[in-house]
Amino acid sequence: MSGYNFAYLDEQTKRMIRRALLKAVAIPGYQVPFASREMPMPYGWGTGGVQVTAACLVPEDTLKVIDQGADDTTNAVSIRAFFARVADIATTEHTRDASVIQTRHRIPEAPLREDQILVFQVPIPEPLRFLEPRETETRKMHALEEYGLMHVRLYEDIARHGEIAKSYAYPVRVEGRYVMDPSPIPKFDNPKLDDCPALQLFGAGREQRIYALPPYTRVESLDFEDYPFKASRPDHPCALCGARDSYLDEVVIDDAGGRMFVCSDTDYCNDRRAAGHRGEMAAPFEEMPE
Amino acid sequence: MSAPLLEVDGLRKHYGRRIGCAEVSFTLWPGEVMGIVGESGSGKSTLLSCLAGHLASDGGQILYRDRSGHAHAVANLSEAGRRRLAREEWAYVHQNPRDGLRMGVSAGGNVGEPLMARGQRHFGDIRAAALDWLERVEIAQDRIDDVPRDFSGGMQQRLQIARSLVNGPRLVFMDEPTGGLDVSVQARLLDLLRGLVRDLGLSAVIVTHDLAVVRLLADRLMVMQGGYVVESGLTDQVLDDPQHAYTQLLVSSVLQV
Ligand SMILES: Nc1ncnc2c1ncn2[C@@H]1O[C@H](COP(=O)(O)OP(=O)(O)OP(=O)(O)O)[C@@H](O)[C@H]1O
Ligand SMILES: [Mg+2]
Repeated sequence: MSGYNFAYLDEQTKRMIRRALLKAVAIPGYQVPFASREMPMPYGWGTGGVQVTAACLVPEDTLKVIDQGADDTTNAVSIRAFFARVADIATTEHTRDASVIQTRHRIPEAPLREDQILVFQVPIPEPLRFLEPRETETRKMHALEEYGLMHVRLYEDIARHGEIAKSYAYPVRVEGRYVMDPSPIPKFDNPKLDDCPALQLFGAGREQRIYALPPYTRVESLDFEDYPFKASRPDHPCALCGARDSYLDEVVIDDAGGRMFVCSDTDYCNDRRAAGHRGEMAAPFEEMPE
Repeated sequence: MSAPLLEVDGLRKHYGRRIGCAEVSFTLWPGEVMGIVGESGSGKSTLLSCLAGHLASDGGQILYRDRSGHAHAVANLSEAGRRRLAREEWAYVHQNPRDGLRMGVSAGGNVGEPLMARGQRHFGDIRAAALDWLERVEIAQDRIDDVPRDFSGGMQQRLQIARSLVNGPRLVFMDEPTGGLDVSVQARLLDLLRGLVRDLGLSAVIVTHDLAVVRLLADRLMVMQGGYVVESGLTDQVLDDPQHAYTQLLVSSVLQV
């Protein structure tokens, strides 16, 4: 790792990001501005998350990186390789073995612990953006707790579709105060945000914002009394491991309309199969990954 | 007898060296409608903006007494305090419905927003209130899910009125609510406003340069010229027996309604 400071960023930049992180932890759900740096990857590839991870890592850490729940997508593989190279830290694909987990679009199925940090990559941090494009105005709305607009958005959904159609980036209220965009995780994952033992950090690189949920923070998904929030998932078991409690991806398997539903969290699915669980499309004598 | 809703004393607003309005004093009592008339540039909108706290005045007092009887000096309110009054006690009807509506949000969402802003969280109740208000402003209930962009100018203005009244405000500010509409549409809107003002016992300050509007809606009248109030009194009195030369000119220059 010669030629690089530990975890790529220089110490001064890390200190600046840590100050922003401390402020974010002190005011759960509040978006703290920070001076986002150029990273050796384009925006949209998790530059915010990467900077937060870089500022948190210590040499003893074990890092896991997932993209849509999978450890083996290009994005996840390259971020993991990046930190293995510039921080010389251990990496893993197992949720239980990781001390820091950087994620895009998912929260792992396995319960998280107090000694873990979950870092989210965030494209658009402002939950009020779609109805109020002016930044000066949205800041005022947060400051004055004027969140009626959020419910207008949900109202429009119900009026148009008969239900709240929003299935990703479903807005939440943090400790009864700030409304927060949990990043584009499926709303299935929203309940995991609540009362989570791990520290959850959110980094938006292009928009230069950091926000956080300290351990055991109260996080509620917005809804109406007569249209309560539901963390939905496709009504199938995983075709490989048979899980009925995990979030599923739909996979097209042939050109005749054939499809299967499998766990989006590959580590979770592998663990279950290693423990002997079988879905209806699992190979009878499947070779299990280590 | 109850206390006044609004007490204005020596209100003044300058734009640099130009006078916006000056030496304006009046009292508005609960259930009363005050009309403000005058030619273009006479300071009507300036005055209204100061009253609603949209513009900072340069001098004088504006006291507003809220539901609980507490008196607020509008000029000294914090942004949070002003917004609270705007949300819970007041309504503001803009001349251009675009300024008072969200053009990309459905009619129901527009009417429901003030309710949601005050914490209503029951979809069915919000929708029922929106339907009720659409009916009251004579918009067909089956338009509830259409966006105001697809409405005529008159419908947009009626929707804005529904949105501003749904929360049961104690005081309504209106700036040329019938301006920019063609004559037959104006007449219908005026009729509607008159019905609402009477049925709801609204207190209001209405700015207009249309004497027909004040004749129908206002209990009292202030005539403005060059930023100053040149004449004021009961509407019928002022219009039927104008004392100030400018008012006489104003009255004689329009066809009698
Ligand atoms: N933002 C501003 N900056 C400078 N001068 C202004 C501003 N707004 C209004 N004025 C001036 O203040 C005076 C009063 O304007 P105001 O808009 O209050 O009149 P008005 O009675 O509402 O007119 P109208 O009937 O045309 O709406 C006018 O001389 C106007 O040019
Ligand atoms: Mg005006």
